[in-house]
This record gives sequence, C-alpha cells and structure tokens, in this order.
Amino acid sequence: MTASTPRTLFEKVWENHLVQPETQDTPAILYIDLHLVHEVTSPQAFTMLRERGLKVRRPDRTIATMDHSTPTTPRNAAGIIPVIDSMAAAQLDIMRKNCAEFGIPLYDLGTENQGIVHVIGPEQGLTQPGMTIVCGDSHTSTHGAFGALAFGIGTSEVGHVLASQCLLQNRPKTMAVRVNGRLSAGVTAKDIILAVIAKIGIGGGTGYVFEYMGEAIRELSMEGRMTICNMSIEGGARAGMVAPDDTTFDYIAGRPHAPKGTDWEKAVAQWRALPTDDGAVFDNEVILNADELVPMITYGTNPGMGMSITSAVPDPDKLSDVSQKIALDKALRYMDLQPGQSLLGKAIDVVFLGSCTNSRISDLREAAALIKGRRVAESVRMMVVPGSQQVKAQAEAEGLHEIFRAAGAEWREAGCSMCIAMNGDQLQPGQYAVSTSNRNFEGRQGKGGRTFLASPLTAVAAAVTGVVTDPRELSN
Amino acid sequence: MEPIRTFSGRIVALPINDIDTDQIIPARFLKVTDKAGLGAACFSDWRYEADGTPKPDFVLNQPDYQGAEVLIGGHNFGCGSSREHAPWALIGAGFKAVISTYFADIFRNNALKNGLLPIVVDEETHKQLISLAQEDPSSSVTVDLETQTVTLPDGRGVPFPIDSFARHCLINGVDQLGFVLTQDDHITAYESNHPGRVQTIPG
Repeated sequence: MTASTPRTLFEKVWENHLVQPETQDTPAILYIDLHLVHEVTSPQAFTMLRERGLKVRRPDRTIATMDHSTPTTPRNAAGIIPVIDSMAAAQLDIMRKNCAEFGIPLYDLGTENQGIVHVIGPEQGLTQPGMTIVCGDSHTSTHGAFGALAFGIGTSEVGHVLASQCLLQNRPKTMAVRVNGRLSAGVTAKDIILAVIAKIGIGGGTGYVFEYMGEAIRELSMEGRMTICNMSIEGGARAGMVAPDDTTFDYIAGRPHAPKGTDWEKAVAQWRALPTDDGAVFDNEVILNADELVPMITYGTNPGMGMSITSAVPDPDKLSDVSQKIALDKALRYMDLQPGQSLLGKAIDVVFLGSCTNSRISDLREAAALIKGRRVAESVRMMVVPGSQQVKAQAEAEGLHEIFRAAGAEWREAGCSMCIAMNGDQLQPGQYAVSTSNRNFEGRQGKGGRTFLASPLTAVAAAVTGVVTDPRELSN
Repeated sequence: MEPIRTFSGRIVALPINDIDTDQIIPARFLKVTDKAGLGAACFSDWRYEADGTPKPDFVLNQPDYQGAEVLIGGHNFGCGSSREHAPWALIGAGFKAVISTYFADIFRNNALKNGLLPIVVDEETHKQLISLAQEDPSSSVTVDLETQTVTLPDGRGVPFPIDSFARHCLINGVDQLGFVLTQDDHITAYESNHPGRVQTIPG
C-alpha cells in the first residue's frame, strides 16, 4: 500500500464509477449502479428508446414504482385502490406497459412493496453505501444518507441511463456541512436541515455535493439522515451524503436485497473504507451548532425562507439587496403574512404528515407518540400518508393507524400525496397547511395553497391545537 | 436536434429570484406522457386567473411582449423539481434562451439537452437587460453560441460560459446519447471489472 492523497467520501464514490474520466472536451462518463423509475418522468424516455430501437441495458439495475400521480384514497371492497383521474390512470397504464416491454421489475399500485421511490430503495436494501443512484426526481438525494452518490436527473438523462447505464457528468464541488453538538428534546433532523437551508439559502449549494458530518449527524438514525439528505436539493445541492457507519450497516442488515453471509462481511469491509479520509479537502464548508437549534418553520415560498418557530417573520424593508427584498415581499403577499408577525398562534387548516422527507416508520412513531390521547382540532384536517405499503403495514402492526384515527386524523394509502398535489390530495386556495414535506413553493400543495414546512412533531402540535405551536410546549 | 449557432430574439424580463420549476410548469400538468401542449401551461398559475382568463398585468400576457424569445429571469432560475417538463414548457411557449446570473444544476442540464440555452451573465449586464426589456419591448439580443457571446442592443458583446461538450453538441446537432453509446466497449469493460452487488431482478 502506498500513501495516497486523502479523499472525501464523494471523491471515492465518484472515482469508483468512472467509465471514462472527464477531459477538456468531454464530461466524465459515470456508471450508475441503481436506477429508480416512476410514472411521471419516464414515459417520454421510453418513447425515445422505442423510436431509436434501443433496449434497457440493465433492467437488473433498474426498479420502477408508482407514487406521484397515484391516489392515496382507501381501497375498495375488492382491495383495489381506484384511480378516478383518467390521465393519471393512463400514465400508470403506460408505466405497466413500459416495464413489461423492457423487462423492468415494477412495484405496482397497492402491491406490497409499492411506495414513494425514495422510501422503497432503502427499505428493500437496494440502497447501499458507495453506490451511484439516480432517478428522475430531485429528491433522489435522500439515498445519500447511506454514503451513496445519489442525485436527480431529467427525463433525457433517464433515457441515457436506461439505454447505457451511464451518465455524462461534470464533477461537482464539495461542501462539508458540519453539525456540531447535540439536539435538545423536541428538535429533530428536519429542524437541522431547515436550519441549514435557511442559513445558506435555496441556491447556496448550487454546483456542490454536500457531506453532512459532525456529532449531531452521527447520532441520528438512518431515517433522520435520510430526512436531511432528502432536502439537500432545497439548498441547491444535487446530492448530499453521510459517511456510512454501524448505524448504516445495522439498518441494511437483513433487508431483502442486502448482501448475505460472507458477501455481507466483504461488503461491510469495503463500506468501512468509504468515509472521508483525515486531511481530505472540501471546496467549501458550513458549520451549525445543534445545541442552539430550536424547532424550525418556513414562512415564505421557498425552503430557504425558514426561521426558528419562536422568531418573527422578517421585514423586506430591512433587506439591503433589492432583488431579495422583492422576493420576500412577494412571498409574504402570497402567504398573507405581515413582517414582524410571529407564526405561533397562526390558525391553520390542514396538517400533512408524509412525503419522501418524513413518511417513514420512525416519523409515524414519533408523531403517534405525541398525538396519542389528544384530538385533532375541529378546524383542522390531518392527513397521515405512509411512505410505502411496507411502512403502512408496519405501522398497522404496531397499532399506529388506530392512534391516528382515534385522534381524528385520516390514515391513507402510500404515495407522494399532498407533497406534489397531482393525485387528488391538495390544499384549497387560501388554505394554510403545516406540512412535513419538502417544498413550500407557490401552489406546490395545490393552487393558492400556503405551506409551512416543519417537522412531524411540529405538525402534530399544530394539528391538535389548530394553530402553529411550538411542539416543546406539548411534549411535557 | 437541429444545430444551433446564432439567433436574435426580443427579450422579456421576469426579474423574480428563485423561479422554481413548479412555477414554470405546475405539477398537475405532469400527467402527460408526451411533450406536446406544455407551452400553453407555462407559468400557468402566474399567467391565468382561476377561471382561465389571462391576468393582464402578467408580463407574458402583455401584447408588446408577444413573440419574445429570450427570457430574462431572476437569480437561481429553475430551482426545485427535476422535471424536464420545465424546459419543454418554455420551448413550447416560444423561448430559445433564458438569461440569469445563475441556474439550478438540474434545470441547466435539462435545458441544454433540449436546445434551450441557459445563459449566465454578470449582475450588471443582468440589470441592464432587465431595464432594456422593461423600457423598450422591442429590445432584442443576438446570441452566438460559436463565439459564446450575447450582443446587447447597444452593440456590446458579453461573453457567457457554457459547458464545452454541450456547446459542441448544440452547434453540430450531435446527440449526447449517441455519443455515450459509442463508448459501449468502455462500459462493458467497466461492468466486467465491477460486477456490482445489487440486482433488482432475483438472479
């Protein structure tokens, strides 16, 4: 062994997947280990393959599910989830036809492994450290929690990966996101990432891959790490990674696609070599102190417009940059909020617990523990949407669905639901929601709807009080 | 794709920061399975009232700006969702280029794959272009991809950066996937040296 230059986790994964390195004239050709496919961003890619007479190069490295345009309404007497929207039904049929024709395994609507694409990969043990993972969805960054390089791509690139299992990529820069200290009670992974994005802004990570590190990250569960990596894109970074450790290996062990027996030992040995070497250099760094964090909430129309739940809505007149002032002013008009106002006590209409950010079993357990013995306020509709059929089954085995129902919340089928609002689940114009999802863009959760992004605990606190509430007041 | 070398077009300014792809094309329009018809839904929620009538104060609805082919957006244009429907919608609405101070990574890649040029300029030029578009709707710019220059109405040429491979493909009408497929031997060699651990199809 010769001493080599210290490398970051990202650099190790990137270099391991170079089919051809970057040159002055051409981007790198990066090999993709796992391609996740869903119904909304793939049809035009399959059409392109058909037009050019191409096959899917590695159907055995490809998995499809249905999540975005699928309803989350209850099953009918025959156990089927009815799809009433004819365009959505047609899109789902095309997904089935494309998967059958090209030999791609599909977790069809309502079957036991179906769910949100970023929930099922880890759940099935398909997401593993050191891999490259892509999907036609920007929240593919979620899978970086395992020490994989995972990022969202467009439909043209979906076609490239289907046909060649490769992508043309220019090497991104790296940013260390260091979260020192420990979280206090009532403060969660969601609050960490909302604080990171509030600090760097929605475009602050453009051109970078994040590596999250520090004591607070190490102490998180895999599901907490997924919540953080999921929202890397909301800070502009296509990917976010966490070095794999025993927490990672414990999560993967025994899952359907996890290595078994001696393969497992070999895999873990390789994974242990992935973390960033001492002395490796990042292009940029941001530091947060978890000790100082309190529950976070957004007030505006992008995830960078976030603050401590105890803070006041900022004043556009106090911003020196004219374009930022215009943006904040526009956001506050859309949200119908006043500068200087506290959000605490603000009446809300809907609470959405779900999405690829916060719909995993630990999110549901945490929320159920807080809502148990309490009632959703009369004025509030609360939707609980498990991230996958597996999460749903597990939650039901633990009786969590009964806790939510007893509190007056709706217990729904798995899917993206109100995070994307293209499946029948949506806000009405003017409504306010506290949502555990990832985007508060204008109209994101329904045309004219207004979203406050927050953690599952903050969502439950709002549901039971009917107003934005600091969850730490409820915990005791 | 048709080669792109140079074109001139009128400019229209939408000087709002962080225009996300949900605004460019709201999710409810993503149930299509082709690329047709998305232009009509471009900026739908900013452009139309709930009953479908155009909002007269929205710049893209104003008669003077009809036919504009170069959109001047605010900083960080195209952030958010990876939907390629965003450049498809902008192209469908008649745009050939978007000018901003910087673009979100996925949007920029998607745009380049479809021949919609994401042109990055410095803040001063950006401000100047916004003023020009707002003061005189007949203002136009000339984009030259070969020289990587956007020429303003006063004749000033402003250089812009663009990925060299994407530029090569756009100028010569080269298809990027076609290039990747020529690398088949390298891909096969990589696969035999890296068998991989995960199989989605039980073997």
